[in-house]
Amino acid sequence: MTAAVTREGETQLVEIQDSMSDQVVSREVVVGMPQGLHARPADQLAREARKWQSRIELLSDSQRVDGKSILDVLTLAAEAGTRLVVEATGPDAREALEAIGSLFDRNFNEQEWNEGQ
Amino acid sequence: MKFSDFVATDAIRSHVDAHTKEGVIREMAQSLVDAGSIAAGDLESIIKAIMKREDLGSTGIGRGVAVPHTKHPSVSRLVGTVAVSHDGVDFESLDGEPVQLFFLLVSPPDRPGDHLRALENISRQLRDETFCRHLKSAKGPMDIQHLLEEADSHGVAS
Repeated sequence: MTAAVTREGETQLVEIQDSMSDQVVSREVVVGMPQGLHARPADQLAREARKWQSRIELLSDSQRVDGKSILDVLTLAAEAGTRLVVEATGPDAREALEAIGSLFDRNFNEQEWNEGQ
Repeated sequence: MKFSDFVATDAIRSHVDAHTKEGVIREMAQSLVDAGSIAAGDLESIIKAIMKREDLGSTGIGRGVAVPHTKHPSVSRLVGTVAVSHDGVDFESLDGEPVQLFFLLVSPPDRPGDHLRALENISRQLRDETFCRHLKSAKGPMDIQHLLEEADSHGVAS
């Protein structure tokens, strides 16, 4: 298993496995939403992750979970300010990581919802 | 957080009658009123808030499970209940499957961490297929209560 090596805000190629098509890339993200990584952003995250062929995993201090499973993402119980590492493995890993990272960078567009509840 | 920290035992329903999303939500919220967990006067406002949240995206998170929820200023602590539909209800779930297991949560607006920890507990336990299967085949509220107690004391997600 590849160790997640990240530098804040930066995407790194951690390892190139036997097949050149299987890239492993990772980056650190921060949960910026005041409500944390709750059901709606977890849904958005899993939906985005499932668009890609690569395996997407989220790493917290104590867990490694499947980013394509909303149940898995919710078990992180990541509150506002939590730092996570997103790791993508596969032929489209770089693009996948960029897309997932951008969701965190945009706080999952939470401010646009303004649900008032 | 354990189920016993937020599930109102008297509000557990093993056979919901409703066959629509709003119907199930109404039935569950009413059961919280009957159990004394929320005030009758707040019922409509809570149902409306939960439905509004559903409009933003279904809380049917797949595997026949939905977690309808809202924040509401009328509660001072997280309250919730569990219900089972044996026929299944179309909840516009993410995977398109009908929903049989419902976990309804009402949380105080200033306690997002408690809400996250309740979701964490629910999703962790629901990854256990056996737990889901037993819940879906519960004959009465006591069966559900016992399953939740068992999950609280032994349940470890695989």
